[in-house]
Amino acid sequence: MSTEQNTIEELANREYKYGFVTDIEADTVPKGLSEEVIRTISMKKGEPTWMLEWRLKAFRHWLTMTEPGWPNVKYPKIDYQDIRYYSAPKSTNRPKSLEEVDPELLRTYQKLGISLEEQMHLAGVAVDAVFDSVSVATTFKEKLNELGVIFCSFSEAVREHPDLVRKYLGSVVPPTDNYFAALNSAVFTDGSFCFIPPGVRCPMELSTYFRINAAETGQFERTLIVAEEGAYVSYLEGCTAPMRDTNQLHAAVVELIALDDARIKYSTVQNWYPGDKEGKGGIYNFVTKRGKCAGVNSRISWTQVETGSAITWKYPGVILQGDNSVGEFYSVAVTNNRQQADTGTKMIHLGKNTRSTIVSKGISAGHGNNSYRGLVSVGRNAENARNFSQCDSLLLGDQCGAHTFPYIDVRNPSARVEHEASTSKIGEDQIFYCKQRGLSAEDAVNLIVNGFCKEVFRELPMEFAVEAQKLLGVSLEGSVG
Amino acid sequence: MLTVRNLHAGIDGNEILRGIDLEVNAGEVHAIMGPNGSGKSTLAGVLAGRPEYQVSAGEVTYEGKNLLDLAPEERAREGLFLAFQYPVEIPGVSNTYFLKAALNAIRKHRGEEELDAMEFLALMKKKMGLVEMDQDLLNRPVNEGFSGGEKKRNEIFQMAVLDPKLAVLDETDSGLDIDALRIVAAGVNKLRRPENAVILVTHYQRLLNYIIPDFVHVLIDGRIAKSGGKELALALEERGYDWIKEQGLPVGA
Repeated sequence: MSTEQNTIEELANREYKYGFVTDIEADTVPKGLSEEVIRTISMKKGEPTWMLEWRLKAFRHWLTMTEPGWPNVKYPKIDYQDIRYYSAPKSTNRPKSLEEVDPELLRTYQKLGISLEEQMHLAGVAVDAVFDSVSVATTFKEKLNELGVIFCSFSEAVREHPDLVRKYLGSVVPPTDNYFAALNSAVFTDGSFCFIPPGVRCPMELSTYFRINAAETGQFERTLIVAEEGAYVSYLEGCTAPMRDTNQLHAAVVELIALDDARIKYSTVQNWYPGDKEGKGGIYNFVTKRGKCAGVNSRISWTQVETGSAITWKYPGVILQGDNSVGEFYSVAVTNNRQQADTGTKMIHLGKNTRSTIVSKGISAGHGNNSYRGLVSVGRNAENARNFSQCDSLLLGDQCGAHTFPYIDVRNPSARVEHEASTSKIGEDQIFYCKQRGLSAEDAVNLIVNGFCKEVFRELPMEFAVEAQKLLGVSLEGSVG
Repeated sequence: MLTVRNLHAGIDGNEILRGIDLEVNAGEVHAIMGPNGSGKSTLAGVLAGRPEYQVSAGEVTYEGKNLLDLAPEERAREGLFLAFQYPVEIPGVSNTYFLKAALNAIRKHRGEEELDAMEFLALMKKKMGLVEMDQDLLNRPVNEGFSGGEKKRNEIFQMAVLDPKLAVLDETDSGLDIDALRIVAAGVNKLRRPENAVILVTHYQRLLNYIIPDFVHVLIDGRIAKSGGKELALALEERGYDWIKEQGLPVGA
């Protein structure tokens, strides 16, 4: 075995940096899923009847569905009755400032490098921090209020802005959409709601840090973002999770709605616990994310950096309904050790002159398995639709896999759809070349991988791009053979 | 600066270098010549620490240190530079970014301040003229889509920026047309200083018309069969390698 491989294996053996458990008393419901449990969740959250009915309808539909078997991933059968569907940090009164927040919780964030105080001062980021399903701290609210921007927890939105929630909830991802979306619709506990009124450009990046904490608690987040005519918002979602032995199910739903001339930019850095080297533990990340360019000239961009989770199953898509609307998907997905990812996008062209761009970078290392799955569909009335897709795979080592499943469905002869794909491997010669110039093996891999991902990283907001690069480094430490 | 004693090395159990002795002092230019398969590139690779080669015997001292104990990146940071025979492409990483990372790794090792973007740019500008490097090439990904000549020129440009103590040029002349050869040679000559040394590995004498060596060594079957001054290169050009083989005993054996 060459010295390179040795270095790399040493590096690969490093432990997940963010594995720790915060000791906070949690208010939970017993394991299992039934109408009774859903009623309890709804009651605990003090929801109106329509919300409960919506949940129950979703649940009844879910009972008729079967778990999808088509993704290119393998995992033991999930026992949905062995999951706890509600867990909230026990604090009766919602804190009004950071001083009121459980210091243990604040320490957790600090370990993750997310100091709320710091962020308030430095980054101009309003953070709606979701910790085990319930928002505990929201910042910059007043400033946003002045502009009429609503940025709050989903529960709060249900209480304070029921008309908006009722109007848009499920309008992009209906509760019947798929197995995991139906499950989420039945049991979601919290999430974020964001509303940008007409003509308002949201002056700061809106950001939510998700974190799964209580053992064996599925996390079911729900995010709804509405940008009215001419509005603009950039939303950041980033997360890390503490180390766990049992698999945790995460089935979130994110819905975006952009009206005429509106633009939504949604960026994700996902770093949940991927499981150990043998594939033990880790998060099952089964997420439904979809945006609707409902208005003319609207634009929705998804940018994602997926380095965590044992299994990732998500296809952030855009329904291009408004004429001249634009959908974009920029993705970096990393699978190392035993991680599996089946991810991609769906671009549904319905309006005229609609355009979409897909740039997907899959990186496989160790025994990781990475699949790109994408659908480009051009409807009968989508005159002059354009799509460009580029799917590149980078292999580190010879035990990993990369797969591409592009689906193209064109029903209008004026459409132009382009697909490019490539697969390459980090070579020992590249590593040696970098080393001969003075770089360490670790820096060499980072450099090469970051070069590979550049087109995606440049779509991320600045601070996020830096974080993403670091994360990629950590995720891939020592995976070249 | 560099002392090689009885160096034996090979790949996958096949011995290629069978007892090399070489002494390189500061300010000197040594040319290593020899027929194909004689071990020239192996020698360059072993000095730089290519992982595929195994050293089975001998020692190499560089600046008072046991070179063979150092990892490739440590050798680089200690001022040993290899100009690759086949420079490697790194897609998506700009030449400028790559070189800045490399230079700062070396500076850090030396306990010097890392250069910021502005300082680095100024240094690049200064060195670009040496090898008539286009700004365009610096912004492009490392060696990607470069012609053979551009790749070699880029190697010499990197050498100019990194300012090594000992530069090993592995067949830098191969694949170059005469104009490119002249530019590359001029670049190397401008970098010659009393504190630095150069080992030129080459198959052809023509490079030595432009870079005048102090010593010429002829490598045959993994041993230095003959050493001499620059006139030895001319004799080789005229007579080939066979007459040295016929002379029998290698001097370094």
